[in-house]
Amino acid sequence: MKEELFVSGRNIPNIDPYLNIWHWEIPVYLFLGGLAAGIMFFAGYFYIMRKEKDMATTVKFAPFLVPFALVLGLLALFLDLKHQLYFWRLYTTIRLESPMSWGAWTLMFVTPLSMLWVASYMKEVFPKWDWKFKILEQFADLTIKYRKAMAWALMFLAVVLGVYTGILLSAFNARPLWNTSILGPLFLVSGMSTGLAAIIWMSKSKYERKVLSRIDLIFIGVELFLIIHMFMGFMAASEVQIEAAQLFLGGEFTVVFWVFIIILGLLFPATLEVLELRGFHIPIWIPSLLILIGGLLLRFVMVEAGQITRYLY
Amino acid sequence: MRYAMAIDTKKCVGCGDCVVACQTENNVPHGYCRDWIVENVAGSYPNVEIELRSERCNHCDNSPCVRCCPTGASHIIEGGIVKVTHNECIGCGACIQSCPYDARYSHPEGYVDKCTFCDHRLAKGQSTACVEVCPTSCLYFGDLEDPNSDVSKALKNRAWKVLAPEAGTKPQLYFLT
Ligand code: SF4
Ligand code: SF4
Repeated sequence: MKEELFVSGRNIPNIDPYLNIWHWEIPVYLFLGGLAAGIMFFAGYFYIMRKEKDMATTVKFAPFLVPFALVLGLLALFLDLKHQLYFWRLYTTIRLESPMSWGAWTLMFVTPLSMLWVASYMKEVFPKWDWKFKILEQFADLTIKYRKAMAWALMFLAVVLGVYTGILLSAFNARPLWNTSILGPLFLVSGMSTGLAAIIWMSKSKYERKVLSRIDLIFIGVELFLIIHMFMGFMAASEVQIEAAQLFLGGEFTVVFWVFIIILGLLFPATLEVLELRGFHIPIWIPSLLILIGGLLLRFVMVEAGQITRYLY
Repeated sequence: MRYAMAIDTKKCVGCGDCVVACQTENNVPHGYCRDWIVENVAGSYPNVEIELRSERCNHCDNSPCVRCCPTGASHIIEGGIVKVTHNECIGCGACIQSCPYDARYSHPEGYVDKCTFCDHRLAKGQSTACVEVCPTSCLYFGDLEDPNSDVSKALKNRAWKVLAPEAGTKPQLYFLT
């Protein structure tokens, strides 16, 4: 039967004809959060594995990006708020039921921790660095002493942060495209992969790049596996989710998703990484850049498309 | 106490008086609204059926908008009414994303706004602005726990449905069919 809905007396900005209340800020925030989580995780991991020397970029240099990524991410989140004067309200309550709330708190712990980690390597990375004040100097020495504890905390919080970037969306039952618990692991894995891509790009050591490329290939494989499962789940679910999946299977997001995210953002860079491991000479920035752009696009597409999907009644 | 509303889709003519009454009563900014009319046209000519519905926030029993609010600005008051405290809202938009009925909007001043079931009028013993103004008297409002309230009586004698029950929010607008 043919059925049509008309809504009269209503044309609210950003809500009608379809929801568009989150713009570029949220995907950028999610991307930077995932990137930071990826770098933090591997910095912690290789420190604990005592690979500080062989994997110098991973442990010492790349983490310098993290505080910047997190602060920029928080700034993007702040720009998204429409009632900015009341921003501080986020930090006067803890509401565990609200992913927005515990995510904001996670960032409150992660950002200072990443700065402490960077502080502990300041002298090593910049030999001419001078802390200026005695007390700062002593403090930096203290951070060096507690590196191991920090490494564990980095790894743990990196996973929380990475999963959170997906759960922020998957907690919304009203948007069928987001309402799948696979989004948490998917965004975590994709974040790890973008983090690895950034480190590989920065690294000058052949050995380090080789180790990281191997790990990255595993993560890309898992990411593809999760994406396929996501669609299988949608196709086997209720009508609203089947419709959500249609946006990517013939609908308006088909080309960006399959060509730009899956092929150019995952399959092609993975092939390049395999070729590089086999001894072909590939400029390392190409696969890295493609993976980073693919990760950013994935978040843009998910946020944009998710807002279109809804319960029809 | 559990406030709810019943809407008689057979009596509603889609005049939009409830929309205007709400905008006036609650100072809703130009171009926005807290309630609206949906015309649901089904079938093809000559067998066409039309259903008219005056819709607003469902003041859901299991309200995702309250759960996802990071500041507690979205909250539930006496009688199950879902409200937003304007100066606690940071305008993050999470509650707008979480509502399956798109019943909330971002007020030009930054905070999120929506239907309040005219709780300021209820406190004075009056009914909601939309109910009082409806020329066909097709809106029934009251306490579901009181068997003699307008809404309880309307639901007793008629068949009804709620919108998108599969979204799981336990909505409290009942559409008489
Ligand atoms: S209709 Fe929407 S805004 Fe109203 S209580 Fe339900 S979920 Fe919340
Ligand atoms: S926009 Fe306001 S009311 Fe809605 S979830 Fe955010 S803080 Fe709460």
